[in-house]
Amino acid sequence: MKPFDEMLAQANGVRAPYETLKKWLDTQDPAKLAQKARDAEGVFRKTGITFAVYGDEEAAERLIPFDIIPRIISGHEWRRLSQGIEQRVVALNTFLDDIYHRQEIVRAGRIPKELIANNEAFLPEMIGVKPAGNVYTHVIGVDLVRTAENQFYVLEDNARTPSGVSYMLENRETMMQLFPELFHRVKVLPVETYPKLLRQSLAAVAPEGCKTSPTIAVLTPGIYNSAYFEHAFLADQMGVELVEGSDLKVINGRVAMRTTQGYQSIDVLYRRVDDAWLDPLTFKPESTLGVAGIMDVYRAGNITIANAPGTGISDDKAIYSYMPEIIEFYTGRKAILENVPTWRCSEPSSLKYVLEHLAELVVKEVHGSGGYGMLVGPAASKKELEDFAAKLKANPGNYIAQPTLALSTTPILTEAGLAPRHVDLRPFVLVSDRIRITPGGLTRVALKEGSLVVNSSQGGGTKDTWVLDDYSFQSQSQSQSS
Amino acid sequence: MLLGRTANGLYWMHRYIERAENMARIVDAGLRMALTKTSDAPEEWSSVVVSAGVAPGFTARHGSVYNADTVSDYLLRDRDNGSSVASCIEVARSNARMVRTALTREAWESVNEAWMTLRVTLEKPIHESDLPPVLDQIKRLTALMRGAFHGTMLRNENFNFARIGTFIERADNTARILDVKYYVLLPSISYVGTNLDNYQWESILRSVSAHRSYRWVYDVEYRPGNIADYLILNGRMPRSLHFCYRNIVDNLGFLADDYGNSPQCQSIAHKTLSTLKGNSISQIFEFGLHEFLSGFIVQNNRLAAEIGETYNFD
Repeated sequence: MKPFDEMLAQANGVRAPYETLKKWLDTQDPAKLAQKARDAEGVFRKTGITFAVYGDEEAAERLIPFDIIPRIISGHEWRRLSQGIEQRVVALNTFLDDIYHRQEIVRAGRIPKELIANNEAFLPEMIGVKPAGNVYTHVIGVDLVRTAENQFYVLEDNARTPSGVSYMLENRETMMQLFPELFHRVKVLPVETYPKLLRQSLAAVAPEGCKTSPTIAVLTPGIYNSAYFEHAFLADQMGVELVEGSDLKVINGRVAMRTTQGYQSIDVLYRRVDDAWLDPLTFKPESTLGVAGIMDVYRAGNITIANAPGTGISDDKAIYSYMPEIIEFYTGRKAILENVPTWRCSEPSSLKYVLEHLAELVVKEVHGSGGYGMLVGPAASKKELEDFAAKLKANPGNYIAQPTLALSTTPILTEAGLAPRHVDLRPFVLVSDRIRITPGGLTRVALKEGSLVVNSSQGGGTKDTWVLDDYSFQSQSQSQSS
Repeated sequence: MLLGRTANGLYWMHRYIERAENMARIVDAGLRMALTKTSDAPEEWSSVVVSAGVAPGFTARHGSVYNADTVSDYLLRDRDNGSSVASCIEVARSNARMVRTALTREAWESVNEAWMTLRVTLEKPIHESDLPPVLDQIKRLTALMRGAFHGTMLRNENFNFARIGTFIERADNTARILDVKYYVLLPSISYVGTNLDNYQWESILRSVSAHRSYRWVYDVEYRPGNIADYLILNGRMPRSLHFCYRNIVDNLGFLADDYGNSPQCQSIAHKTLSTLKGNSISQIFEFGLHEFLSGFIVQNNRLAAEIGETYNFD
């Protein structure tokens, strides 16, 4: 079946959101566009927007390829998506609160007890802890895919430390530099408020005792981390300190950073260090990336950690398959955004089905991310399928399987002109005193023809994502039809 | 508010940018010396290595083979030499990356671009005939980094720590260059002013890019006393010890004003500056030029350590 193309799916031509862009593209000199694409690469390289690929020493710092053709979502489509996202992040936070307190959802028999108790992402240290404002996951990246005009699926909820937002911002910045005239023709909702919103959002969940304007810091594992650029970028854009574990120390019951004038307390820590490395006294003792004793300060309510430790229990791939139930349980309504049908290989009947249909399915590790350790059935060789089946049988609980979705395509610029490639979308959501969703997000695109793997570590690229400003969009199409 | 680690990063970033530039100058002066007929090229190259402060490492790598290829390779490209231009730019950039939030976009991009450009330039061995344009490129890129920094950075504590790094490094460098060649400046030995002496003297001035400006300040004739005076005591000469210390004292003063204290490091720097202001070159010669310079280098290092201690570098 031919996948849904977001520009050309319309039987009689171009889909409405892409009309202006398509007309403009048709008038462009291909050689000039190709030059713009090279200019964009130059901008990224100069700025140092790079990411590290683990285990790839040759290219310690690489650029994520950027495609200059924007991906466009109408304001109407966006409204529905953002309602669904909002519902989801409310459910995620309520679920986390419940899981670390009364576990009503388990008592009600809606999700199995073992799923929580035996889950590595569940942190017993968080039981009974009340985070400020009762928010657990403050920054969420909900991965969405589209398969038809009105069919979106949530692929996963990234509720731990989702990354990629700096690319969303830099992609827009670059597009505005390269194609100012396009932004005159098409009214696009802004994304550049994100750092400001992030700061406001973090400030709003400062510990209750914090009277003055809270001191906020971003905690990074350091310059060798693959997302270091983003950590520095966000700290810089928010105007807060970028700290490493070695800068921090617990002094008098507070987490403090070593400044040129002595130690200064921190109220809110936006941490981009995983749970396991956060506190050597509580988690991995060998960790030098975290702060010894921070968990005690946290439990005493003297610092806000965003996202809270232990949020992984809500975006775990095994939990994911229960999201429709979770949403209904806490919001009393059906999920607006659908889940991808998922087989939990821990269940014998599902395992049997998955093994029989391996060549049609996508199989993922429950705790994996970044597209590592995943099998795309239709693209795998016989040998790969056999090897994977063996791994699956050896440890079924470690895997889930999903049908291979016909992800939508959008055009990218190739040497042979425009060509459709598969995409997904990661909108970024901020939760604190209220929910703030930035219109758009990060569109990841599989640059290889036919490929469905969009991860940057596996040869994926990114695009600027435009959410159209509805009013001007409507008036424009009206004036065109009259 | 500034993190101690960030202050440290800004300081070292600028020490390494300064060092990269100094390396280029020293190689440039060596190249020039080796081309003069009167000089003994291997000996010149060997003194270049000593001036750069990397003699033990060089010997371990190249034994006693001193020529344009071995020396320039070791000082410009060798990654095992922590002070080679390639290493300096790598460390400067990695410090810049660490303190990215404390830099303007322009300042960061200039460092990143220098790193990208020099990575290509210094990738393969450089033939002697290609040395001049390569050295020129290094000097131009360091000038760009300095320009971007000066043109765009707020004059706050970040700026002060960066400047302190620059001048601690520069003072160390000028003092070492002089100390390696101190004997050619001593009046008792070089009183006559032979051709060889003239080349030696010019070489010292070239190492700090001062062979032209010297004539504007003093005389067309190179005189050892004047050269020493120029590089040690002249407050207008941007690589002199006096100039470096005036800047260190100024920047430490801004910090002390901002922070409302007067730490020990400030008085150490003051003391050194008063010595530089209060002495004439004949007094220094009387005391012993070598003794003076080696004492200065020790004191300069002590100040650097004290600054790191005072401002919680680590």
